[in-house]
Amino acid sequence: MIQVEDLTKRYGVTTAVRNLSFHVKRGEILGFLGPNGAGKTTCIRILTGYVTPSSGSVRVAGVDIRTDPLKARRRIGYLPESVPVYPEMTVREYLRFVADMKAIDRTERTRHINQITGQCGLMDVSGKLCGHLSKGYRQRLGLAQALIGDPDVLILDEPTSGLDPRQIIEIRGLIRSLGGDRTVILSSHILPEVSQLCHRVIILNKGQLIAVDTPDNLDKSITGQNIIILQVSGSASIDDLMIALTDLPGTTQQPQIVERKNHMVTVRLWSDVAVDSRPEIARRVVTGGWNLHGLMVETQSLEEIFIKLVTEETEVA
Amino acid sequence: MKAFWTIVRRDLTGYFLSPVFYALGTVFLLLTGLLFFSNLLVYTEISFSIMQNPYFSQMLNLSADFIRPLAAQFAVIFLFIIPALTMRSFAEERRSGTLELMLTYPVSDTQVILAKFCSSFLTMCLILTMTLVYPVLLFTWGTPEIAPIASAYVGLMCMAAQFIAIGIFASSVTDNQIVSALVAFGLNLVFWMIGWASPSSHGTIHDLMRFLSIIEHYEPMIKGILKITDLLYFLSVSCFFLFLTGQVLESKKWRG
Repeated sequence: MIQVEDLTKRYGVTTAVRNLSFHVKRGEILGFLGPNGAGKTTCIRILTGYVTPSSGSVRVAGVDIRTDPLKARRRIGYLPESVPVYPEMTVREYLRFVADMKAIDRTERTRHINQITGQCGLMDVSGKLCGHLSKGYRQRLGLAQALIGDPDVLILDEPTSGLDPRQIIEIRGLIRSLGGDRTVILSSHILPEVSQLCHRVIILNKGQLIAVDTPDNLDKSITGQNIIILQVSGSASIDDLMIALTDLPGTTQQPQIVERKNHMVTVRLWSDVAVDSRPEIARRVVTGGWNLHGLMVETQSLEEIFIKLVTEETEVA
Repeated sequence: MKAFWTIVRRDLTGYFLSPVFYALGTVFLLLTGLLFFSNLLVYTEISFSIMQNPYFSQMLNLSADFIRPLAAQFAVIFLFIIPALTMRSFAEERRSGTLELMLTYPVSDTQVILAKFCSSFLTMCLILTMTLVYPVLLFTWGTPEIAPIASAYVGLMCMAAQFIAIGIFASSVTDNQIVSALVAFGLNLVFWMIGWASPSSHGTIHDLMRFLSIIEHYEPMIKGILKITDLLYFLSVSCFFLFLTGQVLESKKWRG
């Protein structure tokens, strides 16, 4: 759906984006992840045609964004980070304005706007002035205007920035529901968000692509191991337990006691991602005369991977 | 075309919902009213004093001695009123970020620029329409010629068009409205004053100064002379500044 080839953007002497190439398939949700100033917004602005790249090409549904910008823009719905609206317009007037800008047929318009208003949960505020909306509703309105015209591609720049936790969950749910047939590109510096929402993640740092993969694969390829958290209680000696837990099949490091509180012991174990050693651990705990309270694989946060990647990159440089 | 009218409609609503339009309209009507009143006083006084002399009274002419100076004075108000009207057009949208969205909708830059021009021009025409009360007063109590009045209005509209084009260009350069108004005012003054030195210059410079001078092209119109060359002057200068606006928008895409 989107093909980006060798994209470079220079501002004077600084290079905001350097030799970036990637493809996005139809229906995929792709996340741009990177620290502030990594080139996410520049990249997104190039995709929407608002910024012209110094070199390289962007094709949206086979249409080059530079040679045929109007046709390409018709396929794109865009939500900028600042969610710009005209404060003196009501929500309904604003959506009508956007529909006219995107040349939606007048007979279709009302039905289309009603549908999107419902989808984005804007019914209650449709008569309100845009300038009086809360940040959460404003974000929904931003999404709604992007959805007008039913574009194949949605490009969202930091869609959850500045929202409170409840609103973040709502907006994420909304974005997830908008996926399906649509291709979604979103940027974020919030890592759990990207890992929850996206099928694939592109990690950017200083304008360069550091990694592209699914959140799960990134996890595995970087760490290569799962962390298992075990919680037990009982009167037997802890040393016995630790001995029982060594030389488990697939473990890569010695187990560690994390916490001891009122007979409850929490132990951390490392095991190869290819081997699920949980049944074996459970068996040994129970045969050792301990009570098993919890046994779970701690999914390593993308945060760690991200920091690792970004710092590795700087070290190499 | 649909997007064009959509932007025009939005900008017009923007104007009418903001105090700027009402402030400008009030100031403009107040000043023009004052000018009309004082010019009328002077004109009546002169006509009273020369009534005794049939030879001089032949020389007094409503078009030449009342309408012409009045139209020239109206134009002076345009100099600073129009930058105040156009300073918002791009600057405000760029500052609030709505321009970013507008330029990513399936609309060409040309359409956006022309729509911005058109909405400011229509607003100015509306304000100008309100001054029609003065000719109506003249027709009620006197017998002015209609042609010089009509031609003066064409001249005012031409001048408005040029100043609006300059103002829109100035507004596209910066996202600060004050700076934009100052730049527009300065450029307007350049076109206003460039001809002042022409009598004491020669050759190409003389011709160039006379050609660029807005007064040089506006003067005949308020005298009741409509020339195609003067109309072309206003058209080409306006188009030139709208073209420059397009270049500014394009260059901002490169510079981000």
